[in-house]
Amino acid sequence: MANRDPADVERRKRQRSRNLALLAVLIGVIVLFYLMTIVQFGGGEAP
Amino acid sequence: MSAPTTHRWPASGFDALAPNPSAADFVTLLKPRVMSLVVFTGLTGLVMAPGALHPVLALVAILCIAIGAGASGAINMWYDADIDAVMERTADRPIPAGRMSREQALTFGVILAVGSVAVMGLATNWVAAALLALTIGFYVFVYTMFLKRRTPQNIVIGGAAGAFPPMIGWAAVSGDVAIGSVVLFALIFFWTPPHFWALGLVKAKEYARAGVPMLPVVAGEKATLRQILLYSVILAPLGVLPAVVGIASPAYGVAAGVLGLVFLALAIRLAVRPGNKLAMGLFGYSIAYLFLLFAWMLGERLLGVWA
Repeated sequence: MANRDPADVERRKRQRSRNLALLAVLIGVIVLFYLMTIVQFGGGEAP
Repeated sequence: MSAPTTHRWPASGFDALAPNPSAADFVTLLKPRVMSLVVFTGLTGLVMAPGALHPVLALVAILCIAIGAGASGAINMWYDADIDAVMERTADRPIPAGRMSREQALTFGVILAVGSVAVMGLATNWVAAALLALTIGFYVFVYTMFLKRRTPQNIVIGGAAGAFPPMIGWAAVSGDVAIGSVVLFALIFFWTPPHFWALGLVKAKEYARAGVPMLPVVAGEKATLRQILLYSVILAPLGVLPAVVGIASPAYGVAAGVLGLVFLALAIRLAVRPGNKLAMGLFGYSIAYLFLLFAWMLGERLLGVWA
């Protein structure tokens, strides 16, 4: 396997961190909408 | 016919010259420190409003206020990248530092702005969503694009954007704009000019270099000190107003009165003996002042001292 350019490795690392952050945000949004829907179905009033 | 190739990607599949922001750079775009103040004042408005909101929806409302504020910050950094590049305090932000393109920042900001308003409307009500949209629009179009580079009154009118969050939090619960939320708005609105001008006195040279017509740059130190004093005179009694309209206790009113008098005393001291040290002293106190007033009101409601 050819040696990878260190700058290229760094770029891949940054891209991976962005991808993971985006994944976390997407999961967060799904959970948020799930909880919002459950609460709204229950009338949305304070317990 | 195929389009002419204008850009070649290296064999690795990455464009070696394109900005390559990290996840942390996107967080920086949101101006987390500003966001924390907005969350705090928004939460206070939400807790002080009459009525109740399910904790999950309250959490979503606060999240939307925070994301909306962050979106404003990101769009502001897109527009003001040229100014940020020449100011020491902002030169390391992702765009001027070359880690992110302006388009990336704008796209990020717009997606968050639209998303936060939509979710606010779906989770709470459309009055709160409209106020959030108004806040973002006011900060981006009125303050950033129109006022900031044109007039020394930029932060006076632009300060409204920072004053809206308690009103949004309040509306998320009650669905309306009431006298109580207007008082909270007014408190932050009149606090903003002396707060920023105290800092502006110290950073006048930087603002001048960046071409931002802050009051100390355009009108000079003497006129700025006079304006700080004027706003402090208005702010001191205004701090007591929550107790007068009944959204805070008389004890809060007394404390706010004392804190307001200290604010005024510091402004007078600065006017008599101008200098960076006293200006930074007033700037630091102004942060503590607003924090203490809102923390007191928030604490009263959370502890059930004042309903």
